Amino acid sequence: MNKAELVERVAQKTGMSLRETRTLVDAVFDPDPAVGLIAAELVQGGKVAISGFGTFEARARKARVGRNPHTGAALEIPATKAPAFKAGKPLKETLRKAATVG
Amino acid sequence: MTKADLVDEVVRASKLSKKQAETIVNTVFASIVDALQGDDKIELRGFGSFRVRRRRSRQGRNPKTGARVHVPEKRIPYFKPGKELKDLINSDASGAEPVRGPDDSGGA
Repeated sequence: MNKAELVERVAQKTGMSLRETRTLVDAVFDPDPAVGLIAAELVQGGKVAISGFGTFEARARKARVGRNPHTGAALEIPATKAPAFKAGKPLKETLRKAATVG
Repeated sequence: MTKADLVDEVVRASKLSKKQAETIVNTVFASIVDALQGDDKIELRGFGSFRVRRRRSRQGRNPKTGARVHVPEKRIPYFKPGKELKDLINSDASGAEPVRGPDDSGGA
């Protein structure tokens, strides 16, 4: 399912217009922090906790010394941040229970 | 930021009522869960994708008693961040205020 299909499904279920639904899905999930609320929060180092679903956060990766596998030269890899998602218990349970299907 | 905060922000950014925004936001996440339950993956370009990963059944041990236990197969939700989101998060890695060009009017 891609974004267009998600928008369609949500519009169908809620009776909202496709346009309104698309605007809202973009407001939540657009990767550009100027548009997407989750991205904006993560860029600022915050978390977004969706009860029943899970939590989005920016996890810190420490700086480390890596090696060029080709030349063997040591090089400093700087600290970075990585977006991460931790699934909530209800979501995990839902999938576990449905595990016998498929 | 919680789901309630998210809904409030959506209301400010759109013409929807709080009730409408709440319904859509809830339906969005419920639809994602539904799709995962049906082993479908959800790809939101640039943001990332939600998928289901399978963990095979295995023999485990009760760490306290040492007794062998059978751990059944299970499915776990997995989020793979998109490239755009990864890059954008690191573009502000200094922790400073996000810089959004000369016409940024929302400054503190």
